[in-house]
Amino acid sequence: MEIPAAKDPVEATRAAFGDAVLHVKEFRGESTLVVEPARTPEVLDFLRVSPGLVYNMLSDISAVDYYPTDYGDRFDGGALDYRPERFGVSYHVMSMLYNRRLRVKAFAADEDPRLPTATVVWPAANWLEREIADLMGIVFEGHPDQRRLLMPEDWHGHPHRRDYPLGKETVAFSFNEAEIRKHKPFATS
Amino acid sequence: MAVATPPQSIEEQRRWEGNLDQLRGLVSERAITGETMLLNMGPHHPSTHGVLRLLLELDGEQIVSCLPDVGFLHTGIEKSLEDKTYEKALPLTDRMDYLSPMSNNMAYAAAVEKLLDLDVPERGQIIRVVCLELARCASHLVWLGTHAIDMGAMSVLLYAFRERERILGMFEMLSGQRMMSSYIRPGGVWRDVPDDFLPTIKQFLNDFPAKVDDYEALLTQNPIWKDRAQGVGVIEPDVALAYGLTGPALRGSGVNWDLRKAQPYSGYETYDFNVPLGEHGDVYDRYLIRIQEFRESMKILNQAVARLERVQGPYRSENRKYCPPLRSELGQSMEAVIHHFKLWTYGYDAPDDEVYNAIESPRGEIGCYIHGTGANQPRRVHFKTPSFIHISALPVMSKGYLLADMVAIIGSVDIVLGDCDR
Repeated sequence: MEIPAAKDPVEATRAAFGDAVLHVKEFRGESTLVVEPARTPEVLDFLRVSPGLVYNMLSDISAVDYYPTDYGDRFDGGALDYRPERFGVSYHVMSMLYNRRLRVKAFAADEDPRLPTATVVWPAANWLEREIADLMGIVFEGHPDQRRLLMPEDWHGHPHRRDYPLGKETVAFSFNEAEIRKHKPFATS
Repeated sequence: MAVATPPQSIEEQRRWEGNLDQLRGLVSERAITGETMLLNMGPHHPSTHGVLRLLLELDGEQIVSCLPDVGFLHTGIEKSLEDKTYEKALPLTDRMDYLSPMSNNMAYAAAVEKLLDLDVPERGQIIRVVCLELARCASHLVWLGTHAIDMGAMSVLLYAFRERERILGMFEMLSGQRMMSSYIRPGGVWRDVPDDFLPTIKQFLNDFPAKVDDYEALLTQNPIWKDRAQGVGVIEPDVALAYGLTGPALRGSGVNWDLRKAQPYSGYETYDFNVPLGEHGDVYDRYLIRIQEFRESMKILNQAVARLERVQGPYRSENRKYCPPLRSELGQSMEAVIHHFKLWTYGYDAPDDEVYNAIESPRGEIGCYIHGTGANQPRRVHFKTPSFIHISALPVMSKGYLLADMVAIIGSVDIVLGDCDR
């Protein structure tokens, strides 16, 4: 079987999606493609199926929080990195055929961060997105299972946000039942 | 900010308490009406290799659906890393996949090196390969022992742990620690191999192949083992790829993908070894692959030990802005003292940018995403761990099999819950 020649992912995506590609970055040999949040699944699916690209594997989804001030208008992609919003979600995709990786990045706003889910493209995105929803508090719209993944179900807040204090949480399971009951009288009945 | 506050109303509390409405859409409708049975397996089940809870929906003995529940070992390692300098964060990475800490160290160290654009001298790379392959053997030995004991073969565990003990002894020689070694560091390794290490590893390499034959004699043609393992937990290659499986779990389905070959790091491209592949994608093929990986690791180790004798030189980067000076320099050079002080107090700055680096751990691709801040602490470190991905694929692997097969399937994908929950 003849393998089609590898295409440049940046050019191919620009040609197919035009304005949806907001920024392109190269750092330490890694290409990053910042795309319009609403169109991320489309772009990912395009990268997955197009001949010459075939990014057929989702390696990882990681989220980063640019709190407090490391985002906004100053970060316009010039001398500084391109960061329009507070949360950056990176989809690390890999093409086994052409043996290369690509990062597709989408940004979510500080207030009510939302992104469309990539589970429609890869089932592997299911838990990776649940982890981010749990720990970073980004809602993935259309995700089939929106329960918390790692933290207890009754947890308040999202620990991986940069404004979440390190080491200040209530210690559970430490014989503080009386104190807990004081806070929730309805638990006694 | 509200942190772990108790429920504010009875309704809120009710919402958290387990009820079937929560599971609507995740289990079949038959479970809601009570036609099929919902069964908790774990979190204290001995075959769940840690604390994994599986909510199984059973029709008789057949698994209709499976909902893994993880997080019992979540220790916030990634969050804690944000509060430490790059070098001091390293010991925390040991604690994720506690069966092969060297692989975690390597994933983290390699990502930091990529972020800093730091080089590793040749001898350092060879020592790393020795450590990584020893870690692979040690991890596979625990897998073999526990997998066999899950399936009812009690004696294999004792044999496997006997050999693992020798590997841990070698780790102790290298790093002073048997398990949480923190030996592979950004820029190279902590120290050179001690003098008695080479004779010990040569003796081990001499003895070990015969031991692998012993394990095989116990299991490979054993009819009970074959009955339990063949045709169980089958995952097709395209499904395995869609679910993001890596490592032996992916190669068991016949996909030739090993990062040591495909995207070599630490000089793996210069070693001669094969990537064992399966055909059927079942528990038995995954078993065979790991057994063959023992032999391939032996090949790599033999070559690496030969090189270790030949190649002398520094074992960590000479760039003193990132790697501490040798102890012998401290008494003679003021500059070395300054570097030492600076490195162990402030650390070093890393660019305000992001990298992703992946290596092949015994379980599969372990990726490390680091986003620097421009200062001495990372903004975000995220580990893509193979166990996490593999547990998320358990539902598709176990569907339609019997409850007793679940134990075999969990064992065959080789999960470590510390690795999953971080």
